[in-house]
Formats: sequence, structure tokens, C-alpha cells
Amino acid sequence: MTPTSENDLAEAILGARGALRLRGGGTRSIGLSEGTLLETGGITGVTLYEPGALTLVARAGTPLAEVEAALDAENQRLAFEVPDLRGLLGTQGASTLGGIVAANASGPRRIASGACRDFLLGVRFVDGAGRVVSNGGRVMKNVTGYDLVKLMAGSHGTLGVLTEVSFKVLPKPEAAATLVLHGLTESEAVAAMAAALGSPYDVTGAAHDPGARQTLLRIEGFARSVAYRLGQLRALFPGRETSEDTDPDAVAALWAGVRDVAPLQGRVGDVWRISCKPSDAPELAARLRAEALLYDWGGGLVWALLPEGTDARARLGTFAGHATRVRGTGSAPAFHPDPAPVAALAEGLRRRFDPRGVLNPGLMA
Amino acid sequence: MKMPAPNASILARKDQIVARLREVLPEGSVISELSETRAYECDALTAYRCPPLCAVLPSSTEEVSAVLKICFEEGVPVVPRGSGTSLAGGALPTADSVILGVAKMNSVLETDYANRLIRVQTGRTNLSVSGAVAEEDFFYAPDPSSQLACAIAGNIAMNSGGAHCLKYGVTTNNLMGVTMVLMDGTVIELGGAHLDAPGLDLLGVICGSEGQLGVVTEATLRILRKPEGARPVLMGFAANEVAGECVSDIIKAGVLPVAIEFMDRPCIEACEAFAHAGYPMCEALLIVEVEGSEAEIAEQLEKIIEIAKRHNPVELREARDADEAGRIWLGRKSAFGAMGQINDYMCLDGTIPVSSLPHVLRRIGEMSEEFGLKVANVFHAGDGNMHPLILFNANQEGQLELCERFGAEILKLCVEVGGCLTGEHGVGIEKRDLMHAQYRPADLEAQMAVKDVFDPHWLLNPAKVFPLDASESRRRLAIAAE
Repeated sequence: MTPTSENDLAEAILGARGALRLRGGGTRSIGLSEGTLLETGGITGVTLYEPGALTLVARAGTPLAEVEAALDAENQRLAFEVPDLRGLLGTQGASTLGGIVAANASGPRRIASGACRDFLLGVRFVDGAGRVVSNGGRVMKNVTGYDLVKLMAGSHGTLGVLTEVSFKVLPKPEAAATLVLHGLTESEAVAAMAAALGSPYDVTGAAHDPGARQTLLRIEGFARSVAYRLGQLRALFPGRETSEDTDPDAVAALWAGVRDVAPLQGRVGDVWRISCKPSDAPELAARLRAEALLYDWGGGLVWALLPEGTDARARLGTFAGHATRVRGTGSAPAFHPDPAPVAALAEGLRRRFDPRGVLNPGLMA
Repeated sequence: MKMPAPNASILARKDQIVARLREVLPEGSVISELSETRAYECDALTAYRCPPLCAVLPSSTEEVSAVLKICFEEGVPVVPRGSGTSLAGGALPTADSVILGVAKMNSVLETDYANRLIRVQTGRTNLSVSGAVAEEDFFYAPDPSSQLACAIAGNIAMNSGGAHCLKYGVTTNNLMGVTMVLMDGTVIELGGAHLDAPGLDLLGVICGSEGQLGVVTEATLRILRKPEGARPVLMGFAANEVAGECVSDIIKAGVLPVAIEFMDRPCIEACEAFAHAGYPMCEALLIVEVEGSEAEIAEQLEKIIEIAKRHNPVELREARDADEAGRIWLGRKSAFGAMGQINDYMCLDGTIPVSSLPHVLRRIGEMSEEFGLKVANVFHAGDGNMHPLILFNANQEGQLELCERFGAEILKLCVEVGGCLTGEHGVGIEKRDLMHAQYRPADLEAQMAVKDVFDPHWLLNPAKVFPLDASESRRRLAIAAE
């Protein structure tokens, strides 16, 4: 089913007699394998864009490419740097805004500017009982009632199917640069990233590729300011071998590689995503004994390639954070189980918003 | 403003309830004499007062859990309280409720500069969180005007903002984790040192839930390295519209100041008389602050001033040193105090799309004539968060009600132009019955469904946020279940 309006979508959900498998563009799905396919790609269109107010509202099925083109024309962008996971997951199709929100998909800039959920100002959705709900709005500051906007971000369609989303957007910076530190061990790299992120120089990306033994630090802003901060940042690491890049296309390509987890693409195995305290990352990575790794968010996000069917959580043991399997199958659930009292709350919410259990049932439980 | 009638059965059981609470708390932590509970009869929305059944001041998460368990068993409503600085009546008690104050819980539990976080008990004041990390040149970004007094607990409950959130975001963008006690005494942990949720983003819905879902006792907060420097520029304009256009042009140009503050003539006059900051007498005044190194500040200010000049400013004053910067901020920071000197006032908090600024200011001016009450406007212009201050005389019969009606009209106008009722103060009781103006019944149902899950008996701060008629059946059920 591919409804073309919110009304049709509500009817489709009301009429469902069993599990619905939800899909935006199908590019980043940790999806169900069974159930009737319900696609949101028919509900499209940018409904409002005010560059002077930094706000954009669009229907949930609108392709990311269309939104990016509109923003580009005004020299603005979605600041949370949407990952394109097609290469990693072997998926096709065109990413949609609704899918991005449902997955709270957030790239390297998350460490400085925030995640998708931090830029999401409002949502409309149809819940599992066919009720149309609106929450938040199109203004940057809004504490009117509960924040269901955050609740919907990352809920993977289990509470409702998004029909419209509004975002705070940001101006594109005039310039960008990468400082590369060469030859650091994983512990040294995480310490270096912490030093950079704890400096006053507004680092907007901090990643480490242990395969290439490169630690990447990104700076963005007005050209003169970028040049100044790049110098200051380099001075934080005396005695280290460094290189730098200020070519806009090269900087963009390098960070797209981090965003899209390029080092793990095209390789056999399961892909896990570990969210942790940054300083714990090297120790956790050692426990994983992964075939390939990529550190983003200063170490707070670790991508790991493991042999098929490996339960990363069994290797990690108890730790502060969580592990999600984004590619592969196995007996372990894709999402990290919550502790019992938290799981009970999440289950209570799902029952309230989807009393018949038709929206991606069991996906996050 | 209506509040539900107190439950007579609870009032009758006061001694028994107080005795049970005394059993689980140290000496002096349960306050039940009327002479003392009066200290908790209101928050910063002082027009409404009611002493609670009693007040408790626990010192740990365990004690909070023990208190909530007893109140849950006794079916007694609980009103959580940070420092009591809410302008929306978020901490207003009812006669049958227990005030749960977190003021004694103000320790720093952990500072971790490598991972850029601090863990505190939530009774700690906002400013003292920054104070705890100042020696390493770090700070906690959300900075509500009441930051000297307001507690992190209240900041989380109301998702507080501040003048600098244009760059740094509000509380929800800087809150990484919480320890929270549910109404039945269950202690849960959400988030922590990592950056996203394993499943549903419950932390996101806790923040801003006005103490209705649980009592947050500990919080992990993001701390940031202080910028090398910051400097404001002050600009005066001949009309509100022109200042509004200037704001929009600055944002479009790609400069992202940390703050853009707006004051209109009545506000400028009052602040000047109070603080003698040397403000120019004009129709509209902007204070724009940027951050960075000396050279970066100069570069950004140059761009901002160039934009401002296109709008024929009547005054352009760049701070040359810390002293001048201090004077530029002095008037703005004393705005509410200045207003309090001349008059009683009610402070509103609606947000509007920045593009609607001139229209909304014009309409407020017209309504001010109609209602016969003066309005001064001071607000965070960069994100459209307005703070119209309606001046009235509380001692004159009927003026408070007139002022509230005027305020309601302004907030409805904010919603009409695409904005919302409250940008950073919260709904509390103040905007509770206006929620219908912004949300359809299904929208409110969805929000109340969240409370049903966290607090099935509707005992936590029950008569707030939702219009009384919308929440009535749920609150009645709670009483019947008792």
C-alpha cells in the first residue's frame, strides 16, 4: 500500500488486519521481514520553507534529495548530517524525511550540533488506531505540552506513521577544514579527540579510522576563522604527525565517508553500532575483537564489523551504553534490550499508541 | 484560575500521612505546620496561593522513592518543586497535596571533562552547575534569567531555555541522562554518558513534562568549553518592523550569534530609568552577541554591523571592552526588575515565527489600547520567543482578570500566526486552559496517554498542563481508585 494523503494513510492503518511493515525510502531499514508493506513515499511535498526563520516543513514521504536541493538554493542545510547507509546496508531507493526521523539518523556533526531529534521542531503522525496526532510546531522554542516530537524521533514507526515533519535548518558554513593526526593508537586517538572537543575551537567532527590509523578533526565557519582555529587546534598536538585539508570538496567527501561508514562497506559480516561513553570506546572495541572498526562522535559511536551471527552484546558484557545490530541476522534482537522497568514503560507507550499491535510489531520490543 | 477541590478524605487523614512520611525521612524533613507550609504556597506566579497538606525535603533518591511509595499507597497527589521560580504555577500546590522539594539534594556527583559531562543532584541551581566546572573553563549552556536561583530539577521539568539558546539549544539539547523516581517508588535510569537512546527516546519526553511523569533526582548534563571571548553590539531602530527585518537578515546571512535580544520603547524607557545603562531612546533596540577569538568576534561583528547599516539604525554601539559589554547587557538583564519597580506585571512567553514579528507587535499595540493596559516587549528575537510584559495594578479590583484575558488574547495570536503558547516557561496552570487553542482533542489525548503510562493514577502534579475539562475523567478515576 502506498497512500498519497494523510487521510488515506489513516484508513489504511484502520483497515489493517495484521502486521504492517512500514517503509519510507527503504534505505536504512532495520525492518520486519513479514507483514503487509505500507509505504509513505506517496505523501510528499515541502509545505513551508522560510530561510529567514531557519525553518522547513515537509510531508514525511518527501525525498531527502528534494529537500536538500531546496535548502541548497538558499545556502542552507540540515545540520545533523543525514547518513546515507545504502552502501553499508546494500539497500536501494531514495531516503525520505519520515524515514530519517523514524531512525533519528544523525551523522558526525551530532557531537557538536545535535542529532536529528534536536533539530526536529514538529511532527504529524497517524497512530496505530488511525488517530491523527500533531505535536510541536514550526518554531524553535516550544515547551507547550509534552514533547512527543522527541518520542517519535527514533521510534522506528512503532508508535505511529509520520505524515509531516518540521525542522530547524542552518546556514551552510563558508569554509571547512580537516586536521588529520597520523599513527595514533585507539586510546591515543580517543584522548586526542577529547582534547579537541574540549577546546574552544568548535570542532564539528571527531572520528578515528583505525584501519588507516587516521584521526580526523573537522572545523567549519567563516574562512578566516577556520584558518585561525585550524592553527590553534594543530598547536594542541605538538610532536604529532599531522596533515590538513581545506579543499571544500575533499573535506566534504572525507566526512561523507565517516557519515556513511565507508571503511565497513562492501565487506562480509554483521554490522553493529555501539553507543557508549567516549572514553570507554577503546576498551569496548578490544572486547569486540571486530574485523573492522570506525570511531565517530569522539568515540561515543563505534561501528563494528563482526562475523555473521555474532552476538556483539555477549562479547561486550556489561557496559554503559547500548549496541544495535544494523545489518545481519541472528538470534539476538536488533535493538538493545532496556532494563525491565524502562522496557515496561516503552511497552506501555506502544500499547497506548498502537493498541492493536499493527505498526512494525515486535521490532523494538 | 480554577483548581480542583481538595479531596476531603486526604485532608482527614493528614496526621496519618504525615506520620508515615516522618518514619522514612530524617528529623526536620517533613514540614506540616501551617506557619511553615506557607513557604510553599506558591511559586513565582504569586497571584495564586494555597498551602499544601505538607512539604517534604528528602536528601537522596532512596528517600524520594520512599516518599513517593507512601503517597502512592495513600493516593495523595505530589507536587514536585525545584526552587519555586516557575512563572507558570508549575509548583503551585493544592490543599490535599504533598510538596516534594529537592532543595537539599544539591551535590555534584561527578565531573568528567574528557567526556564533557557533569552529574548532579537536581536540587542544584543552574548557575552553580556552571560554577562547578568554571575552573577548567567549562560551562553549562542553558541560562534562564532566574539561573541564580532556579534548580536543575525545574529546568528539566520545564525544558528551560535562556538568552543563549539560539546557539546552544535549550535544556533538552543539553540533558544526557536522568535518575528518576516513578510515582510508585520505582527508580529508573535513562541515558547517561552516551548520546542516544537504545529504544524509545523516553528522556526526550521526560524533559518538559512539568513534573507529571516522575521526580528527577539526578541528571547528567553536557558541559562545553567556554568560548575564547564574547562581545555584544547594541543597535537602535526607528521602528519595530525595521528591527525585525534586521534580525531576519542577520540569520539569513549565515552569522549565528549566540543571542539576539529585542526591546521595544516602553521596555527601553523602563530599563533606562531603572538601570541607567545609557540606552538610546528609540522604538526598538537589538542586542546581538557573538563569540570566538578577538579576530573572529571582529569578523562577525563587521558582518552584522554591515547588515544593520542597511536598515538605517539610529544607534550602533559596539562594546570595546568588558565594561562596555557589561553596560549593554545591564539594561536587558534588569528588564524584569525594572518593570517590577513601576508596576505589577504579567510576563508572557509565546513563540512566533520570526517573520511574523512586525505583525504581532502591531497587533499587541492595538490590543493594548483596547484593553487599556500597557505592554512592554522584551524577548529572544533570534528564535521568536516573545516576552510581552503586561502592566497592571494588582490592588485594583478586576485588573488581574483583565490582564489575564489580555494575555490569553496575545497567546492565541501567537498560535494563530503559527507559533505556540509557551517557548520556555511551561504551561503549568497559567496556560493550562488555553491548550485547546493550540491542540485538538486527539493531540491532547496522545499527550495524556503518556501520563497514563508513567503515572496511571494521575497523582503527580495532576491539575497542570492539560485543561481541567480534558483531564477530569482521568483525575476522577484516580480518586475513585483510592
